[in-house]
Amino acid sequence: MKPSCSFPEKPEAVYYFGTCLADLLYADAGMAGIRLLQREGVRVIYPRGQSCCGQPAFNSGFQDEAREVAAQQIVQFPKNLPIVIPSGSCGAMMTRHYEELFQGHPLHEKAQSFSARIFELSEFLVNVLNVKLEDRGDPVKVTWHSSCHAKREYGLGDEAKQLLRQLKNVELVELERENECCGFGGTFSVKFPAISGVMAQDKSADVMQTGADLLLSTDCGCLMNINGALEKQKSQVQSQHFASFIWNRTHVS
Amino acid sequence: MSAKANHSPHRLSEKAFFESSGSALKDPKLRRNFKRAMNGLMEKRRDIFPDASELEETRGRAGGIRRKTLAYFPELLEKLEANCESNGIRVHWAETTEQANQIVLEIARSTNTRLAVKGKSMVSEEMHLNAFLEKHDIEAIESDLGEYIIQVVNELPSHIIMPAIHKNLEEISQLFQEKVDPNRSSESAEEMTATARLILRQKFHDADMGISGVNFAVAETGTLCLVENEGNGRFSTTLPKVHVAVMGIEKVVESLQDLPPLLKMLTRSATGQPITTYFNMISGPRREGELDGPEEVHLVLLDHGRSKIYEDELLRETLLCIRCGACMNHCPVYTRIGGHAYNAVYPGPIGKILTPQIEGIESVGYLANASSLCGACVEVCPVKIPITDILLRLRRNRVRKKNARHWTDLNGGKSLMELMTWKGWKQVLSQPSLYRTQASLLSRIGNLLPAQIPVLRQWARSRSLPRFSKKPLHRLVEEAGIDHE
Ligand code: SF4
Repeated sequence: MKPSCSFPEKPEAVYYFGTCLADLLYADAGMAGIRLLQREGVRVIYPRGQSCCGQPAFNSGFQDEAREVAAQQIVQFPKNLPIVIPSGSCGAMMTRHYEELFQGHPLHEKAQSFSARIFELSEFLVNVLNVKLEDRGDPVKVTWHSSCHAKREYGLGDEAKQLLRQLKNVELVELERENECCGFGGTFSVKFPAISGVMAQDKSADVMQTGADLLLSTDCGCLMNINGALEKQKSQVQSQHFASFIWNRTHVS
Repeated sequence: MSAKANHSPHRLSEKAFFESSGSALKDPKLRRNFKRAMNGLMEKRRDIFPDASELEETRGRAGGIRRKTLAYFPELLEKLEANCESNGIRVHWAETTEQANQIVLEIARSTNTRLAVKGKSMVSEEMHLNAFLEKHDIEAIESDLGEYIIQVVNELPSHIIMPAIHKNLEEISQLFQEKVDPNRSSESAEEMTATARLILRQKFHDADMGISGVNFAVAETGTLCLVENEGNGRFSTTLPKVHVAVMGIEKVVESLQDLPPLLKMLTRSATGQPITTYFNMISGPRREGELDGPEEVHLVLLDHGRSKIYEDELLRETLLCIRCGACMNHCPVYTRIGGHAYNAVYPGPIGKILTPQIEGIESVGYLANASSLCGACVEVCPVKIPITDILLRLRRNRVRKKNARHWTDLNGGKSLMELMTWKGWKQVLSQPSLYRTQASLLSRIGNLLPAQIPVLRQWARSRSLPRFSKKPLHRLVEEAGIDHE
């Protein structure tokens, strides 16, 4: 977990990096994140030229291609404002790997400043905005999958769970092997579909075991993977990005 | 499914990996065996490290010791050689496994060895030593119980610490009955151990040579350390008149003081034991007036690609490994496909970083791809090897090694497709307007893509296809009037 000194005072405005997966597949989660920030009185800026952090190519060994795409992001976020992302995995790419990726590159300094301004959504809501939530939803039982990249690479703590615990009608049941990989791993899931598929099935079996109505997580990749396995097994358990879940239960329409 | 030793080198190819991992995934018994065993090992490790911050500190200390060793690697190896020699241990250097085998064979010939007993040694697996000796009419008997079991059925180890972990008690009992003790109907673990002990006692007695591995070699004192639970290591290194220790050069440590933290981390990370039943410190052959011990002790120092690995500052961290096996016990891939599926001497995460570096990134680089990069291994590694960072580097090196021509040659065009995919990906994602057009297109037609597209088909075997949002986020953002600067 990050030391508390690494979080800034509440800013007037933040940048928002939506991530390519949220853009294409979980647009509602991306939007919910923006709404949660705005509700705290923060102006949200969404640079239109953003696309992807470059992780898919980087993790496949295609560094040059990753760098070109990453460079395109860095120039979109020039002001000295925090950059909030609804994904720990992209956060890990941007905080841990840009330094190496831009060694000796003209954008190196900008990349450093960019990386230093990255915050995952839940940690920003809790540690910077000190969000207090009022639950307006019906009673529901949820369980939580911890994204490997968010936890181990990015170093994300349990802020998202802290937020869920503020919701009085939400019962959070622990998932067995919560920290075990769901088998997504980006291109791993298509390069080694059989291994990845079994991991996803095991994860979804654990999810079903909890008796929860809903599975939540910080990362769209994991959600897409586990949800796919749940659906394949015709499970009743739904899945959702934690930002959508929280926003839907707390906003006054 | 089991990997037959067949005295042939491992079939290291991507195709073979797909086949072996595929059939392992379809073997419910194998999967049960691994799951149960690995769950047990993870639990034991968890229980012996109750204090997270203390664990972090000890990992830091153990890693520090290993890193210090690598900082003075060449000097320490020379020191080790000098001090072993002055203790009467004869030191041999082998650059390749062939040379190492040859050295062992020459020692065997010069001592008229017909039978050798072996303590557990992964380096000897790396050398395929048993098969080599057998070819030269020298019998080599494994004396570690797990190794003995798989030798009896002509299989390879499936784990670096527990070589027969892929079998459950029932299976072992059955094969004992078939191959070892046909007169009995079934045997309990204790009975089987007793039977094996009886057979092996005779072998220890008859053997001309004992062969062992080395867990740590202390440069300052010329001491070879051996960690074991069964006493077979002590037998192998004390009873026969010749003891040959084979060791990867990275196992050197500087001083005796370095041992306690490393030993503590090794046994705790491996099996959750505070210490093993035996810890042997071998400092030379039998001296005048001593009643036991071998007449000759030899140390074979094997390079086998290690000094090449040492050249790169990040990749060198691979050599910190103390072979505890914790990374495989905690690996979600290893626990599902088991050790044999890798078709390599070292399975699991350590194998994924070590094998491509030893055998060549171009031919075995696929192993570095067979990871979800979840980092569970990094979290438990007692010497903090950055396994995922090394995997990423190896993936990159593999891509760099290939020029466009190679790409087609290597994998029947499959790799070329990968190259073209990433080039296309880059084109789209580095150009905002192009990306946005494509994204809008996907949100309109993405859900209609036929599931027969190869990538989707693979995914869809165990998962339903992802669903594209009706409108991409950047459109929602525009409609909501969110600021863009
Ligand atoms: S890489 Fe680390 S965890 Fe794996 S065997 Fe080596 S020391 Fe143990």
